[in-house]
Amino acid sequence: MSSTTALVRLPTVLRPQAGGNTTVNAEGETVGEVLSTLVSTYPGLGPTILDDDGDVRKFVNLYVNDEDIRFLDQLDTTVADGDEVAILPAVAGG
Amino acid sequence: MLNVSRQTWLEILAEAWGSYPNEACGVLVARPEIDSPIVRFEPIVNAADSSRVFTLDPMGYMKAERRADDEGLAIVGVVHSHTHTAAYPSPTDVDEATKPLVPPTWHWAIVSLAWGFPELRSFRVTPGTGDTMTAAGIVEERVWLS
Ligand SMILES: [Zn+2]
Repeated sequence: MSSTTALVRLPTVLRPQAGGNTTVNAEGETVGEVLSTLVSTYPGLGPTILDDDGDVRKFVNLYVNDEDIRFLDQLDTTVADGDEVAILPAVAGG
Repeated sequence: MLNVSRQTWLEILAEAWGSYPNEACGVLVARPEIDSPIVRFEPIVNAADSSRVFTLDPMGYMKAERRADDEGLAIVGVVHSHTHTAAYPSPTDVDEATKPLVPPTWHWAIVSLAWGFPELRSFRVTPGTGDTMTAAGIVEERVWLS
């Protein structure tokens, strides 16, 4: 049983599916585990963040304390107690 | 309606010309209620570094959103410049605006510098019925300078 708890910051559109919260606590030793905990608590978040293979969707950016997990160990990136895991929209256009 | 102060419009304009010939981009911050007057424009680095497309630098976006959350405000829209075309959402804009994490209530404010004289227009872009590329999902809103 994990005792590491991260603070997850949710994007605006996902907050209604997480009780209206801006941030929620979720346990896990890695970003992947934190997301699993998050999704088991708020199942409505799952399909938006992860695809059917469990990979992060392209329009989602995941940061651990100001670092993009693409430049760390992706979903295997370890988190420490109190770390902020931010789920952010990738915003682009032409 | 997009309600912006003249000061904010000048800041948007400065960012648009300052980034030229590349596209400029940034976010609009306001109280979360619909049509709230814009409190500020925050320029964000165009991570695409391009005159044809823009990508809000994710780190810049994150900081802007965190700051807004801490103040009880919200990001209520995105601004970008068009350097070669009219101030109207491109097919790429519509495609990106209708991605699941982009709030459908966002203002999509566009500054065109294509003809030397800047023009600011603003739109709500929502997923159309079926084909998101149809104009059905693009609704222009009034820009009110206050
Ligand atoms: Zn555009």
